[in-house]
Amino acid sequence: MTTHALEISALHKTYPNGFHAVKGIDLTVEQGDFFALLGPNGAGKSTTIGIIASLINKSSGTVKVFGHDLDREPMAVKRLLGLVPQEFNFNQFEPVGEIVLNQAGYYGVDPELAKPRAEWALRSLGLWEKRRNMARQLSGGMKRRLMIARALVHQPKLLILDEPTAGVDIELRRSMWSFLREVNAEGTTIILTTHYLEEAEQLCRNVAIIDHGRIIEHTSIKALLGQLDKETFILDLKRELGSVPVLKCGYPLQMIDAHTLEVEVRREQGLNPVFEEFSAQGIEVLSMRNKTNRLEELFLDLVASSEKGS
Amino acid sequence: MSNHWHAWRVAFMTIAIKEVRRFARIWIQTILPPVITTALYFVIFGKMIGSQLAPIDGYSYMDYIVPGLILMTIITNSYANVVSSFYGSKFGRYVEELLIAPIPHSLILVGYIAGGVARGLSVGVAVTIVAAFFTDLHLHNVAVALSVVLLTSILFSLAGFINAVYANSFDDISLIPTFVLTPLTYLGGIFYSVNMLPEFWQQASHLNPILYMVNAFRYGLLGISDISLTVAFGVILGFIIALYSFALFLLKRGIGVRT
Repeated sequence: MTTHALEISALHKTYPNGFHAVKGIDLTVEQGDFFALLGPNGAGKSTTIGIIASLINKSSGTVKVFGHDLDREPMAVKRLLGLVPQEFNFNQFEPVGEIVLNQAGYYGVDPELAKPRAEWALRSLGLWEKRRNMARQLSGGMKRRLMIARALVHQPKLLILDEPTAGVDIELRRSMWSFLREVNAEGTTIILTTHYLEEAEQLCRNVAIIDHGRIIEHTSIKALLGQLDKETFILDLKRELGSVPVLKCGYPLQMIDAHTLEVEVRREQGLNPVFEEFSAQGIEVLSMRNKTNRLEELFLDLVASSEKGS
Repeated sequence: MSNHWHAWRVAFMTIAIKEVRRFARIWIQTILPPVITTALYFVIFGKMIGSQLAPIDGYSYMDYIVPGLILMTIITNSYANVVSSFYGSKFGRYVEELLIAPIPHSLILVGYIAGGVARGLSVGVAVTIVAAFFTDLHLHNVAVALSVVLLTSILFSLAGFINAVYANSFDDISLIPTFVLTPLTYLGGIFYSVNMLPEFWQQASHLNPILYMVNAFRYGLLGISDISLTVAFGVILGFIIALYSFALFLLKRGIGVRT
């Protein structure tokens, strides 16, 4: 039987103020996976991650990392983990290079070995030229990359990223995705939480959605997207329309403005009937796009039904 | 296991060197002020006022206060280093770097103590050099002098650590030094022999742990003490064991650093 990279059973966390943040989570992540942990703000994602990383004491339940129990073998668990937290948690008054090298030292990596590893991590994330700068002099995006470089310097087998691209521009975000894909391809299991659902769709193979401290969905991204039974498209038109055209096929159609229409299409229907009717009515479509990310639609549906149920 | 020892040695050295770099980087705030302050003590109390006073136990007033002033700077700087560094790491959340790493709690504690001791001793050496400009330095017993300096520095580094664990604001890290440490230090026999006090205050002074350290150090330098050396070392070691155990308990429980 293959050992899971992460295995969480019946995990509970109640804070001293009585807030029950995590309510019996069961979760497994396979070795080598790129796993998305999604959920609205306050759902319990960061608490769960904090428990795995030994930053938050759990109330009950078990956490195993590559078969090592967090209660019985905390040092073994820590050695295997790399964490990129949501908030900046490095000394802003330390040079960038020292922050990464110190982290290697905390994990017992010899300075002779730590130096080339730190150089690799800093170069890979475009921070090598900034290694002598104080961390406070970095931009927000650079600080996020610094935390990734720091988390990788001891070569963890499980890397947990808590919203690593929050506030990072799209170009930089895509370069970070490409780097994380490489890290994953080299064998590091990655768990990612993000609010950019496009990010989860682009990077991850499996997903768990957490809401109000409970897992409400735990499946593959492909299977999750397979649940999507309708999509909404935005159509940009060449000529101005005076009113909403009537479609014989009966697809719900809304006019956003004189040049833009929104059409809802069910999975089994397809878009051809819409275009055929538009052609017949002389309406020319210049371009078309999804109204929201496909995963986003599903996510909102799942969270809404979870809230109705709770 | 030998791999673990090696890893822990590297981790300890990393924490200790980081701590030394921290205070060395800001030496204008950490090393220079206590040197200037102590030089003023030497000028005002030692030279100006001390020259008008009778010798104590056969030593001039300047000679008499040198050991206490050196030890006072070691006490305040060891304490200040750990309390500000550990509280800063809590405030900036970079204590998390240590909490997620595979480092035993005892090693984190010892790493911070090493930083406190390094600063205490650095300032102590600097102040001793300054003292040499004002008087001829004596060294009665090297082993006693060095061990008192080291143990006192460890003790107050531990005290600074405990203060930082409980501190929730920058005000909290200055309360104990201002309202507890400074009065105890000034009343710890730096500027006078307890034998000069009325009987009641002599007895009351024995409740002050700093009195034991100052007298033991004065013995190391001048060969005179109001307190038995055995008692002094017993008190210092007793406090170290108690504070170390308590600090380790706080760290293991995650008080002030984990929810």
